[in-house]
Amino acid sequence: MIPAAFEYYRPKDMDKVLSILEEHGDDARVMAGGHSLIPMMKLRMADVPHLIDLQDVGGMSEIEIGADTIKIGALVTQSDIIDHAALADVAPILREASLQIADPQVRYMGTLGGNIANGDPGNDMPGLMQCLDATFTVVGQDGERAIPARDFYEAAYVTAREDGEVLTAVTIPRPKGGHAYEKQKRKIGDYATAAASVQIVNDGGKCVSAAIAMTNLSDTPVFSKTAGDALVGTSVDDAALKAAVAAMLGDIDPTEDNRGPVAFKNHVAGVILRRAIARAWSRA
Amino acid sequence: MSKKKHVTLNVNGKTEEFLAEPRELLIYTLRERLNITGPHIGCETSHCGACTVTIDGKSVKSCTMFAVQAEGAEITTIEGIGGPDNLHPLQEAFKEHHGLQCGYCTPGMITRATKLLEEIPNPTEAEIRFGMAGNLCRCTGYQNIVKSIQAAAAQMSAAKEAAE
Amino acid sequence: MKDEITREERVDNLKGMGCSRKRVEDARFTQGKGNYVDDIKLDGMLFGDFVRSPYAHARVKSINKDTALKVPGVLAVLTADDLRPLGLHWMPTLAGDKQMVLADGKVLFQGQEVAFVVAEDRYAAADGIEAVEVEYEELPVLVNPFEALKSDVVLREDLVAEDGSIPAGAHGPRKHHNHIFTWEAGDKDPTEEVIANAEVVAEESMYYHRTHPCPLETCGCVASMDKVNGKLTLWGTFQAPHAIRTVVSLISGIEEHNIRVVSPDIGGGFGNKVGAYPGYVCSVVASIVTGKPVKWIEDRMDNLMTTAFARDYHMTGKISATKEGKITGLQCHVTADHGGFDACADPTKFPAGFMNICTGSYDIPTAFLEVDGVYTNKAPGGVSYRCSFRVTEAVYFIERMIEVLAIKLNMDAAELRRINFIKKEQFPYKAALGWEYDSGDYHTAWDKALKTVDYDGLRAEQAQRVKDFKAGKTRKLMGIGLSFFTEIVGAGPVKNCDILGLGMFDSCEIRIHPTGSAIARLGTISQGQGHATTFAQILASEIGLPADSITIEEGDTDTAPYGLGTYGSRSTPVAGAATAMAGRKIRAKAQMIAAYLLEVHDNDVEFDVDRFAVKGAPEKFKTMKEIAFAAYNQAIPGLEPGLEAVSYYDPPNMTYPFGAYVCVMDIDVDTGVPEIRRFYALDDCGTRINPMIIEGQVHGGLTEALAVALGQEIAYDDMGNVKTGTLMDFFLPTAWEVPNYETDFTVTPSPHHPIGAKGVGESPHVGGVPCFSNAVQDAFRPFGNTHTNMPHDHWRIWRTANELGLHD
Repeated sequence: MIPAAFEYYRPKDMDKVLSILEEHGDDARVMAGGHSLIPMMKLRMADVPHLIDLQDVGGMSEIEIGADTIKIGALVTQSDIIDHAALADVAPILREASLQIADPQVRYMGTLGGNIANGDPGNDMPGLMQCLDATFTVVGQDGERAIPARDFYEAAYVTAREDGEVLTAVTIPRPKGGHAYEKQKRKIGDYATAAASVQIVNDGGKCVSAAIAMTNLSDTPVFSKTAGDALVGTSVDDAALKAAVAAMLGDIDPTEDNRGPVAFKNHVAGVILRRAIARAWSRA
Repeated sequence: MSKKKHVTLNVNGKTEEFLAEPRELLIYTLRERLNITGPHIGCETSHCGACTVTIDGKSVKSCTMFAVQAEGAEITTIEGIGGPDNLHPLQEAFKEHHGLQCGYCTPGMITRATKLLEEIPNPTEAEIRFGMAGNLCRCTGYQNIVKSIQAAAAQMSAAKEAAE
Repeated sequence: MKDEITREERVDNLKGMGCSRKRVEDARFTQGKGNYVDDIKLDGMLFGDFVRSPYAHARVKSINKDTALKVPGVLAVLTADDLRPLGLHWMPTLAGDKQMVLADGKVLFQGQEVAFVVAEDRYAAADGIEAVEVEYEELPVLVNPFEALKSDVVLREDLVAEDGSIPAGAHGPRKHHNHIFTWEAGDKDPTEEVIANAEVVAEESMYYHRTHPCPLETCGCVASMDKVNGKLTLWGTFQAPHAIRTVVSLISGIEEHNIRVVSPDIGGGFGNKVGAYPGYVCSVVASIVTGKPVKWIEDRMDNLMTTAFARDYHMTGKISATKEGKITGLQCHVTADHGGFDACADPTKFPAGFMNICTGSYDIPTAFLEVDGVYTNKAPGGVSYRCSFRVTEAVYFIERMIEVLAIKLNMDAAELRRINFIKKEQFPYKAALGWEYDSGDYHTAWDKALKTVDYDGLRAEQAQRVKDFKAGKTRKLMGIGLSFFTEIVGAGPVKNCDILGLGMFDSCEIRIHPTGSAIARLGTISQGQGHATTFAQILASEIGLPADSITIEEGDTDTAPYGLGTYGSRSTPVAGAATAMAGRKIRAKAQMIAAYLLEVHDNDVEFDVDRFAVKGAPEKFKTMKEIAFAAYNQAIPGLEPGLEAVSYYDPPNMTYPFGAYVCVMDIDVDTGVPEIRRFYALDDCGTRINPMIIEGQVHGGLTEALAVALGQEIAYDDMGNVKTGTLMDFFLPTAWEVPNYETDFTVTPSPHHPIGAKGVGESPHVGGVPCFSNAVQDAFRPFGNTHTNMPHDHWRIWRTANELGLHD
């Protein structure tokens, strides 16, 4: 498996990145760890005449934990997230989810930005970011803009990021309450058959807020507001769980693939969500 | 044909400089340009780990990296881990505990294990199985690989304690 | 002369049979110094790669190579038209059929080889492939063998006569243009009669899905034609290098002495590397055309899509018994999907391999087997993936039929097996479908297995689990998988086993060096089994020189004696026997030398571990090391100098390893996720040469069995597209999904093998697949499940639960 020939750029600053993107338009793509893009190039399913390697562009590898928000640079890897003790304290769901992505080698190379910006419905971080109500910072020739994760995904590999823009950082409100990232997969290294991100707040036995997003059950990640709402005001009892699952099932739209037919995926999505809610609630 | 790039790598302690097409995958640089044939190609889609090398302290699947990306990097392959006169405890342990059969996954397996034992010097069985899950083996069923890594960890810990 | 060391120490020093000698191969492998085919680098070496068909069935209307030839670095593009003048556009298969080397007017499966691009490096070859323009006209696709047998669509026009009639094939008459053969074993009428009149009959249909051996190293070769010396050297991933040499000679016309085939280190085979593939032929042609060495290495997608699938058997069975559970008859019909060409790797007389071992470990008086081979638009192959020719299919069939019968009889499946086992005193046992089992002690093995796992306790736990499940206390079911298998390996006796007319003997040649070390060469080739370690152990015990002083060499046809290679667990039964017999020839000559040196009659000395000693006077002896030196420096009357021997061993029978496996599994009914709690494997492979290596083989074979049973498949869509072309979708478990196995053994030597060994590498796969599958099926048995097809991946397990009404 040999990719087609391409020109390689390794700019040292974002201005240069943007000018190459401007010059080559659709023919240029940025790359962080490359672990989604390079296999696609080798299979010749992605044609990238101009490849821009972001690794020398500074300022995208930091994890900043503020009083209310957490800012994570786009080049932070999954293994950086796993190893960051302070981050695991304030947003443990990031570590829990990262450990379920791919395998150790891939986590060393795979970045948060790449996982998010690629728009692959199989990636785990997009749904998680929607659950956490993250905001993505993208920069283009016209400067920076912020796009809510919940508005970012339009279709498989189609996002609100314009061709000339680069995703540079993710800002997450410090999560509150209990969390869970629950994922069913066939083996390590596989995408999810179904995965659920849940962040839930318990106030005196009542759920006061709940955010739920599902992964690989539609052509985009699915933030299910109605599923979260179904839990709010309840004691997260069986009826509430049923209501949340029913609401979520109304929002997802899985397709048949080697992981199974639609009926199976819907069923597993429900089971996984129930388990995620139960675990998150037990931690809330 | 795209423009060739100048690449400098430090591989197993030796500086290597060459001109390469950007699409040259690091695994081919090592295997064909530098004749370092320990790392192997198994799947080409970053699932099997036969091509695992250590790059600037990270375990990396070298079939999923272009040589130009590794510009300036320090790379260690199985050949840099230990040789006839200075076998690494993992190399000894794999021999001792039948941690290999056809040998094709072994260089990647051992290379990854050196890093795993840096991350977790005394791993549990579950930590080994989880930490080695990026390396596929078709022959051993992993049981003796786990055993080999446990044995090397014990040996390395004992050696470290003795040195302290 | 007095010994410094005890006899026991002398035995230990040899590192002979029975000890867990560490592997001699491992020094190079652990240091990255293996030498696999893709490590070979020759001056001026070119790279070849294939343009492959995106369609499963299409006419090839035109191939335009002009653009490709303009790609920098591309030197040649070969098509069927280029090979036709050489007669190499088709090649013979191992199954008596022929196969296109490059598409000759049409393609019959997705990924089929259409053109071969030869370039200066692999990058240029890849670019050249993109630039070859092929015009296809799509044809109707047949991926289901039952439909293929009814369809008007002709897949193989070359096998239909001009008048439209269907000429007979290599294995007899054909019923339909997409039919390949019908093969029968046993007695049809008596079996049908027994079943018709039986007290109890259980019936089941099952599909053993298509899968692939998928060794971590793909197939590949380097062909180098030396035009000066007229000699062709072919390095490659060959499980049978000598057979490849003969095939290359027959199809190329190059005399066999001018062909040297070398199998270097092989990164796993599992049957994938037995066959001859278009890549080998094209590399040879390209090297002849260009005068340069040409390398061809499959990528993983090529490997999964085109070389050597396994299984794909649709099996229907009937098993009859008395009310008490004594089996009276067995009938089996197989519809075998062979893909576009019949390229099964089986001995010539056995187009369905040894499927007729499907009476298993049971004393079944009457049986009948019928197999229909069918062409479809899938890749050719049908290799024995870690098994002897179709034995996995046979064992899966009978071990499922036993379970189905147990359900029908409402009887415990372990007990049903026990009352039907062939008894120890019945061996050698002539089975209803023709084979003569050499030895066995099934009851002892079974009782040991059941006792070790506390079978009764497990059943009690399972009953409680069912109660808890019904009471809503748990959503996990428990399955107890049982299997008792008998393999038939070590093909085989020349009287009934050949491949392309080559008898399936094997060979060993030994040279003892003057200083008492040795080299032995064999006709086999290790792909990870550790031959360099274990064959030296056999010799150490036979000739009394330390294993550490014996080099084992395989795989170079210029130096190794002719043999049929390594697959079907034949190395130990056949080449292992040749090794022992060659060793005994050495020993016989050594005895004469010793007698001469000790100045006694030949019959007055006896072999003792590492020496010959005078009978009744053990202090008078000559060590084998001394004898070796004497062979080279003494003029011994009546004896030639030197100490060498060669043995070509034609086994009198197959060997019949057996084993008893138990798997305990928990199954999450809601997600379909299985969790293997325990796996116990008792193997009886006869005499044990190296327990460490046996155990390693068992671990590996069980893991490949786990993969096949729980998810590993080559799946096609209706258009004949392969849906499982990368390791994302083709299931190879990681360390995380694999349990720890408990291994155990009994020893029932083979009575006809010189050292009593039977072979073990494939047993765990053969016995493991039904064991894992039976565990899944058993979990659902209390809820009415009789049979459900593999692979038991999450969604199919979920579907079983769903169909049984176990979800809300």
